[in-house]
Amino acid sequence: MIRFILNGAPVALDAAPTERLSEALRENAGLKGTKVGCDAGDCGACTVLMDGRAVCACLVPAARAEGCRIETIEAVTDTLTRLRAAFLRHGAAQCGICTPGMLMMAAELVSDTPNPTPDQARDALGGVLCRCTGYARIIAAVCDAGSDTLPVSPPRGQAVGRSVARLDGADKVAGDSFGADFAPAGALVVKAIRSPHNHADFTFGDIAKFAARPGVACVLTAADIAGRNAFGVIPAFADQPALAPSPARFRGEAVALVAFEQGTDPDTSAFPILWQPLPAQMTPHVAEAPDAVLIHANRPQNRLVEGHVRKGDAAVALAGSTHVMSGSITTAFVEHAYIEPEAGAAWMDGQTLVIRACTQAPVMDRDETAAILGLPNHRVRIIPSAVGGGFGSKLDISLQPLLGLVVLKTGRPARMTYSRAESMASTTKRHPAEMRGRIGCNALGRITGMEFDGRFDTGAYASWGPTVANRVPVHVSGPYLTPSIAASARAVHTNGPVSGAFRGFGVPQAAIWQETLYDQLADQAGLDRLQFRLINALRNGDASATGQQLQAIGIADCLQALQEPWTQALIRAERANATEPVKRHGVGIASCWYGCGNTALPNPSTIRIGITPDGKVMLHQGATDIGQGSNTVIAQIAADALGIALDQICLIGPDTALTPDAGKTSASRQTYVTGRAALAAGRSLRAKILRLANAGGGATIGFEGPDLIVREGSDRRKIDLSGLTADMFGYALSAEETYDPPTGALDADGQGKPYAVYGYGAQMVELVVDTALGTVKLIRITAAHDLGRAINPQLAQGQIEGGIAQGIGMALMEEYLPGRTENLHDYLIPTTGDVPPIESILIEVADPEGPLGAKGLGEHVLIPTAPAILNAIRHATGAVITRLPALPHRVLDAIKAVQQ
Amino acid sequence: MHTNDMARLMPDYCRPTTLTEALALRQGGSRVLAGATDHYPSAGATLAGPMVDVTRIASLQEITLQDGALRIGACTTWAALAASDLPPSLAALQQAALQIGGRQIQNCGTLAGNLCNASPAADGVPPLLVLGAEVELASPHGTRRLALEAFIIGPRQTALAADEIMTAILVPPAGLPGTSAFLKLGARAHLVISIAMVAVRLVVDHGRVAQASLAVGSCSGVARRLRRIEAALVNAPVALAPGLITSADVAAALAPIDDIRASAAYRAEAAAELLRRATAQVLA
Repeated sequence: MIRFILNGAPVALDAAPTERLSEALRENAGLKGTKVGCDAGDCGACTVLMDGRAVCACLVPAARAEGCRIETIEAVTDTLTRLRAAFLRHGAAQCGICTPGMLMMAAELVSDTPNPTPDQARDALGGVLCRCTGYARIIAAVCDAGSDTLPVSPPRGQAVGRSVARLDGADKVAGDSFGADFAPAGALVVKAIRSPHNHADFTFGDIAKFAARPGVACVLTAADIAGRNAFGVIPAFADQPALAPSPARFRGEAVALVAFEQGTDPDTSAFPILWQPLPAQMTPHVAEAPDAVLIHANRPQNRLVEGHVRKGDAAVALAGSTHVMSGSITTAFVEHAYIEPEAGAAWMDGQTLVIRACTQAPVMDRDETAAILGLPNHRVRIIPSAVGGGFGSKLDISLQPLLGLVVLKTGRPARMTYSRAESMASTTKRHPAEMRGRIGCNALGRITGMEFDGRFDTGAYASWGPTVANRVPVHVSGPYLTPSIAASARAVHTNGPVSGAFRGFGVPQAAIWQETLYDQLADQAGLDRLQFRLINALRNGDASATGQQLQAIGIADCLQALQEPWTQALIRAERANATEPVKRHGVGIASCWYGCGNTALPNPSTIRIGITPDGKVMLHQGATDIGQGSNTVIAQIAADALGIALDQICLIGPDTALTPDAGKTSASRQTYVTGRAALAAGRSLRAKILRLANAGGGATIGFEGPDLIVREGSDRRKIDLSGLTADMFGYALSAEETYDPPTGALDADGQGKPYAVYGYGAQMVELVVDTALGTVKLIRITAAHDLGRAINPQLAQGQIEGGIAQGIGMALMEEYLPGRTENLHDYLIPTTGDVPPIESILIEVADPEGPLGAKGLGEHVLIPTAPAILNAIRHATGAVITRLPALPHRVLDAIKAVQQ
Repeated sequence: MHTNDMARLMPDYCRPTTLTEALALRQGGSRVLAGATDHYPSAGATLAGPMVDVTRIASLQEITLQDGALRIGACTTWAALAASDLPPSLAALQQAALQIGGRQIQNCGTLAGNLCNASPAADGVPPLLVLGAEVELASPHGTRRLALEAFIIGPRQTALAADEIMTAILVPPAGLPGTSAFLKLGARAHLVISIAMVAVRLVVDHGRVAQASLAVGSCSGVARRLRRIEAALVNAPVALAPGLITSADVAAALAPIDDIRASAAYRAEAAAELLRRATAQVLA
């Protein structure tokens, strides 16, 4: 027994002495607020206080707690109360997975230093990683933790446009319940056997004998899969086995499962499997060689998909151009590195398989899992847990079918939590890209034409490769009028990790190529780099590269908003450089545009709002909130549309049994698409109520117990809700509305209307390059984004700051190498000290198609950051970076190349 | 009885309060557990095999000055070290203490753990090398002292015997004069495993360098002193000293490798630049 004081009360835990304290707290004491992100002291999510000092609980032997005071996120202290309130006021929690660690680390800081400066806060929190926020709001909250004042909810009719605190915020600052944080009693512990090789044949030994070991409940392989052992987010390309038959096509691929009884050592080291490594094709160059082996027999040249956009004659246009720049650039695999590794639990509820796990796409999960398991869709229910970051990777199923297999086989509940290494090896990545081409302009600086060729390493399976190959040519022009274009992008299979969706679907890579070339072209044309972009910015009525006539274009507004900061920054840089030969200042700029929703395909969302007979308003909100804020934004839109106060809304879902399909949280579509459905549902329900009360549009709606009160002028009408006949959902009144973006198919030349709504933005980076070391220090980023209408400015700014942080990582440090960077100390993501102050400028060019004018934002915000950084490096030093990430040695090499 | 048989009889975990008990457990085959921060990352649910936790032995936590030498208890944490009032020659070590992992790691991790783990990127090693530090190793047969340079014999390899426990890090009187600085280079601001790191300790007398100690980490299997460059600096006028550190000399003294963090050529070049800067910083 290990005895200590836990959150003020004595406890005795029956834990092994060298069990990790994090495990003892979670499993033995049942306190799931302490999160486990890496089990290696790299992420700080498990930070707790031990006699007042912050420690990573994953690195502390449980026995060392003996006689100590341990405080976790479940503690109730004045310090934590004030910090929690500050986090809520500042919007410091997005997904919430790092929040407990941040709060505990901050608790140590403010007990030593009650009023820390931002620098002190950044230093103290340097050992806790956050992938969502870009840290700015966390630092601000920690420096403003003097009071326990909670944010107030807005009055009726004023929710939209307000920085409303997130509705799920209280859960986040209390230690929310993520995938690993709930399992039915007695759940089996599931472990996967994964390929240690990039490509390998394998054979099983005596599996029956292993299955008969004490503590082993069952062993499953591909042979146990009753349905279709091939999944994929795009049905026509579904190719990825839940459990692979031989051969395994990438390192980390699951080939078998072992379910262990709770409390036994889940040791798979003696699992009977014999691996025979095969030659692996690790780059598209190798995979496209004439003698390459086909990774999928039905995909010649290992080509998954090639997308094209052709308009005019780009070659002729370039030949006649005054200025032409050509260039190429290569990017790396980028890992999503959410702090929550995949986790979940599953159980049977009668004839229904229930899976509670982290996800971005519950309905897709249900359909794909059902197909693998050979069940009809209605027998699978997906309940998304709180999601500790997704960024695209949790769109694909991971452990859902694995849990389902075990539950169906044993009839018992099961749970599974990926290790950090397992999460990194087995889930999707951003596509590495090799991009080249030319862009030309006339003597006035007007773009004449563009040629682009991109090769994207799509890894072993299809995932979102087709989407990337199609989105890239559509977007590679950037938000600029490009009269003629010939753009193609192909996704090529390799034995690398599966490349899938990552915030921007290939567009960030393409923007790096286009925006860095634009910079050089502006110089060649003798034009200011911002002016050059402004000259070419799309204007209302212009046609895009796909021939779509666009409306509500905000790119010029964004660039104009940066004009004054740009001028000032250039002066500051010039002044600094006049006296400093080694540390050279530079300023860079880049733009973005991004179509919201699926490319030229339907992607409807449905929202239901019901009023119970006892007068409660239930919002069935099926858009998974992975930190971006759909729980709050959709409720804000619904509340104003219905005409009630936001705090009168009760959220239900997401849950495939309780919420209609609001589609996936991807493609920056939720605020726009689900927001439109929420707006329609709110208005529809309001119209029903007003009809019932025979009231006009100006009437107000309120509740008095089970009575609905409709007031119009001095008139007061009462509707007895309990007296109404309940509808099919059990509601006294309800409305359900669906919205699907009006898009059209693209023809063979990629011409058409792929999206109904686009968002725009531009960012400006100020930095210093140490020309002796090749290191880059960011000073300031100014970001102007046109989001149509800021439904929630604080959440929007949080998206901007978080997207920028990921853009910084992509530009300067992130490179996933299979088998080499499967942890968070070799795979680097930005820390508190790597994200400079960010000034966000919200531009609102209302789109008539968006809800109240709103456009998407979530992916846009990442796109300009990396090219703006590269452009600033070139401005500072002349160095042209052609391979990302721009690690110090690569920057120094590029500087030397200029000097020679 | 063979050590392996003994180990099977040992308790999984003990946390004695005296060195004598700890040595007895060690002799029985227990591995030494100090901060534990390097044990868990590669571990499963628990640590394998018997462990003797030495963090409750009071004498291993103290920092004392004895006969002109500084004695730093082996289990001194980085946080405790950073907060201690120490001579300016230990500034490099204190600066390193604030850059090892995050605050949580600094609250647990110990000097001895850093040295016994013997990573080529161990942040504690260059600052201790420039102090001419020694380690004190205790066994049931007594204690011995070993220069740090002799203790770490290769990447992840040390001269620690199977029955020994490191009890202290000793800075001899000769290492205490002067001022030192530590510079660490990585691709991000916090939680850095360095591309290169340097420590420089200088004693200045009448405008000239009287004593120079330079060490570089992460640029060879084991961090190294750069004695040829040290010799070149001695007697140099302060203003000229940084310029005497040439990239060629630094490269010749190191054996850097290409890895995911940087190229070998870059490492050597960066190490030279960092040495010049640390030297200038000390002399400023």
